[in-house]
Amino acid sequence: MSSESLKLPKILIRGRSFMALIVAPEAPLEPWLAALDEQMSRSAGFFADRPIVANLAAIHDANQNLGAVLDALASRDLRIVGLEGVDHALLSGTGWERLPKLAQGREMRAQAMADREVIVPGAAEPAESAVELEPAAAATADAKSARPASLLIDRAVRSGQSIVFEDGDIIVVGSVSSGAELIAGGSIHVYGSLRGRAIAGIRTGGTARIFCRKLMAELIAIDGIYDMAEHWGDNRHGCAVQVELDADRLKVSPLE
Amino acid sequence: MSKVLVVTSGKGGVGKTTTSASLGAALAKAGQNVVIIDFDVGLRNLDLVMGAERRVVFDLVNVVQGDAKLAQALIRDKRIETLSMLPASQTRDKDALTEEGVDRIISELRDKFDWIICDSPAGIEKGAMMAMRFADVAVVVTNPEISSVRDSDRIIGMLDSKTRQAENGAKLEKHLLLTRFDPARAARGEMLKVEDVLEILAIPLLGIVPESAEVLTASNLGCPVTLNNPESAPARAYIEAARRLLGEKIEITAPVERRGLMSRIFGRKAMA
Repeated sequence: MSSESLKLPKILIRGRSFMALIVAPEAPLEPWLAALDEQMSRSAGFFADRPIVANLAAIHDANQNLGAVLDALASRDLRIVGLEGVDHALLSGTGWERLPKLAQGREMRAQAMADREVIVPGAAEPAESAVELEPAAAATADAKSARPASLLIDRAVRSGQSIVFEDGDIIVVGSVSSGAELIAGGSIHVYGSLRGRAIAGIRTGGTARIFCRKLMAELIAIDGIYDMAEHWGDNRHGCAVQVELDADRLKVSPLE
Repeated sequence: MSKVLVVTSGKGGVGKTTTSASLGAALAKAGQNVVIIDFDVGLRNLDLVMGAERRVVFDLVNVVQGDAKLAQALIRDKRIETLSMLPASQTRDKDALTEEGVDRIISELRDKFDWIICDSPAGIEKGAMMAMRFADVAVVVTNPEISSVRDSDRIIGMLDSKTRQAENGAKLEKHLLLTRFDPARAARGEMLKVEDVLEILAIPLLGIVPESAEVLTASNLGCPVTLNNPESAPARAYIEAARRLLGEKIEITAPVERRGLMSRIFGRKAMA
């Protein structure tokens, strides 16, 4: 089967970093909301359309209705895109259950170290000349140094499991079953049989590689360019290979 | 110390109910107090295989919903007094099961029985989840063919993540039972070899049960094959598997087609 006969669209999955503002309400709530209103009236344009992450760690005890807190923030036109600091389960039934989960536990401490202070402009400043936020790349560089650059899995990845690690490489000491998938920001290393899908280079792009002891994958992809088993043929099947991107095509070469 | 054992597979029709009944009967015959619970609400089969279909008054859903006591729903086997079963409902569906209800029933059963065997339905939905939720040990039933192996792999992934044991950080004890194994077809390459299945699933092998007409015969008679014909090849495999579960170390041999001198002369297929 020639590759020309399969004109399928390319799946391009990319990652990007944005700076979100973290709003952390404190108890007692009413005075805090009043203070927020005052700040927002002084710097009207600053919060408009910025992605806001609500950190509810400081108010999640003491019978606080978390849904009402989020409603109160939303009614002030804050665009809430994420939640941190509390167990997501506490939001069930409020209408806010579908907020994406962000940092939890250990990750949160690392991120707190990487958070940067944002100076909200005072009165009468137009929105255009608001605080110069550094480019997203620098922010992610800070954040990255606090987090490990590879995810190590020392067991088999079973069918139906999906491992997503955008911050770096994925290393599996074991096999990856048919019907499982690995999605890595960097490279993928499988010290076993790769029977599922391996999608590499979401962040690092074309320099990522895929390594495995036995290539029996259903699909491999680097930086959006993908190949299926029928493309690399029988002579690479079951062999130890490394896969790299070579001018818009995947090159599968033996490891030994 | 009672043990909750779930017999699961993912794929349907591989031999979960047969295994639950045969292993249960073998364990009971070895002196253990055993109860087998049918979790296939709406499509119950365990009562047929155990020959108890005419004695079902109350079922698992009745007990979960509090309409009946556990003692009223349990059916004792007429052949072995240490063996009982708890049938599923045929008129309801799996949504009638609640986690608290099942938890309560299993806790109550732990006081009375050494082995609580949960016969899981096929699939990965609520019924299968309920059956595996409280398990201490799992027996994954697999046929040596690729769709069964892939589904078993999925189920193993769920055993490692969706059970109480997994949520508490413990590793659930898992065993693989290969059923409907046909040695001639495996030799010809029409079925997966034992090594191939083990390479993909990577859990310890509990036993290999050969394909046999005895299983259907026993099922039609409403008797687990280990009671109906204990000398038959599948029964011997199940009895050995039960002994392995009890801690005995018995070597596993892949069943080979045994043709006696007479059948070789007269050319008939060997009676396993």
